[in-house]
Amino acid sequence: MISIMDVYQLLPKTNCKKCGFPTCMAFAVELLGKRKAIEDCPPLVEEPKYEKKLAGLRELMAPLLSTEATETGMVIHPERCYGCGNCVVACPVNVASDPKGTAIGRGPVSGKAILMVEDGVVKCVNVDQCRRFGPEKVLCNACIVTCPSKAIEFI
Amino acid sequence: MAFCTGCSLLCDDIEAEFEGGKVKRTMNLCRKGRAHYDSLSIDRLTPAVGGSEVRGEEAVTAAGELLAGAECPLLLGFGRSTLEAQKLGIELAKKLGSVIDDPTSRQGLIMERILKGEVPTCTFDDVRNYADVSIYWGDDPSSSHPRHLSRFSYFPRGEKRQRGYEEDREAIVIDVRRSPTATIAADGFFQVSPGGDAAFAEALLAALGGKIPKVEDKKRMLNLATKLRKAKFGAIFTGPGLADAQDGDLGWFFSLVARLNEFTRFSVIPSLPDYNTRGLHQSLFDVAGAVSPVSFEDGIASGPKFGVTGLLESFDAVLVVGSDPVANLPAPLARKLARIPMVAVGTHRNLTTDAASVTVPTAMAGLEAGGSALRSDGVRVDLEAQVKSDRPTDLQIVEMLMEVV
Repeated sequence: MISIMDVYQLLPKTNCKKCGFPTCMAFAVELLGKRKAIEDCPPLVEEPKYEKKLAGLRELMAPLLSTEATETGMVIHPERCYGCGNCVVACPVNVASDPKGTAIGRGPVSGKAILMVEDGVVKCVNVDQCRRFGPEKVLCNACIVTCPSKAIEFI
Repeated sequence: MAFCTGCSLLCDDIEAEFEGGKVKRTMNLCRKGRAHYDSLSIDRLTPAVGGSEVRGEEAVTAAGELLAGAECPLLLGFGRSTLEAQKLGIELAKKLGSVIDDPTSRQGLIMERILKGEVPTCTFDDVRNYADVSIYWGDDPSSSHPRHLSRFSYFPRGEKRQRGYEEDREAIVIDVRRSPTATIAADGFFQVSPGGDAAFAEALLAALGGKIPKVEDKKRMLNLATKLRKAKFGAIFTGPGLADAQDGDLGWFFSLVARLNEFTRFSVIPSLPDYNTRGLHQSLFDVAGAVSPVSFEDGIASGPKFGVTGLLESFDAVLVVGSDPVANLPAPLARKLARIPMVAVGTHRNLTTDAASVTVPTAMAGLEAGGSALRSDGVRVDLEAQVKSDRPTDLQIVEMLMEVV
């Protein structure tokens, strides 16, 4: 998971306000929330002395901006997944929306589940129902801590 | 909905789409189950005699002749056969006056006590509904039975376990290594040295009796004892790590289970390797009052001395059904086994079929053929074919062998 301090360390830290925010820390928050892009920080892109920081920031943010991750930042590593369905059964959203299926350990039956096992590996659907979705997100980690093979991570 | 015969959990909520004899898309199948389904079209066995391909009937005839001509044949496997085929396989063993054994697991030692009613057991559904403590001893179901924890033993909500694993359940893993299951159990993991299971049980027994256990971390052991004493319904899942420990002497384990049952009900369910190992144990128990190896040479007798490990040199023909003993047995035994004239009946090519003089292909139960099987907790399920196949079933092959010998 990318820490806000890691992002901040790679910004100019001058609080120049050219991005429209009062401090670089505030910009880091926006950047991590995907509401602003790296290019919205003019000094970082234009001034050659920040070249190294810019490259570092792009590298740090690459997994977050890649299409591999869902909108909640969930990345599934299919090569590590056992397909055991622990995350499917432990997910609180699945339990609430699918009491006759995933809540009692079976495959999803209601169509509202957000995690399911397809072709032997876990798959994320209905992302907008995830607790980590949207600005009011809750940092739920039920699917990560229950995974025996570290196949799920949030970035 | 279909069944998966990839392991002894026999998951019954599988959705699968097939196209041209191959599996196209599956839902709810774990990785192991998916590989089992994928194997429909991979590395299938062909009928052969002496290394050259023949027609199916010719292979069965050659197999029958080889077995009929033998003085002391050995029947191995049957863990991946339907109940019907197993029962007839036992009849075949009787008719041949041979020994029948399943060398893939020594969990039969525990299963025999369960079938005799000396060790309490329950079904997986009871575990899901009532168990608040799940102990995995020498068992790593996350790797061997991937959906074990999510379907029954730890994560699902049940009748009396509505609040989920965080509040309502406790997982305790006793193993020699931090297995994937131990990773999930986190603080509930107790590491023992290889072969140190009995010493651990002794310390736990002392702690249960209120004595100070003779272990390094006394406080942790006492906490574990308190947890077990306060449990409402316990389940103990045993794996190969337990059954093969202590050289098959499991008296200490049975004493511990008996002691735990003085506080509350602790049920034992072995995690068996093949989809119908429980069926074989039950079928053998019904006939011989014991679990493999069973000898029909001179009446009915059983005991480890009759098995593949004890008597291998005295056998002059081997029939292997749905198993791969050459890969599973220790190398010196496997080498000896590979030198004996062997008939291999199975679904896929493996080391045993490569070493066999006669190979007979069969259909995969639950996918290409129906039949019934027992889940590892003893619940009977009826399997149905999902795809068409011209391969005969195990039952048909054993029927044909019964006629030939």
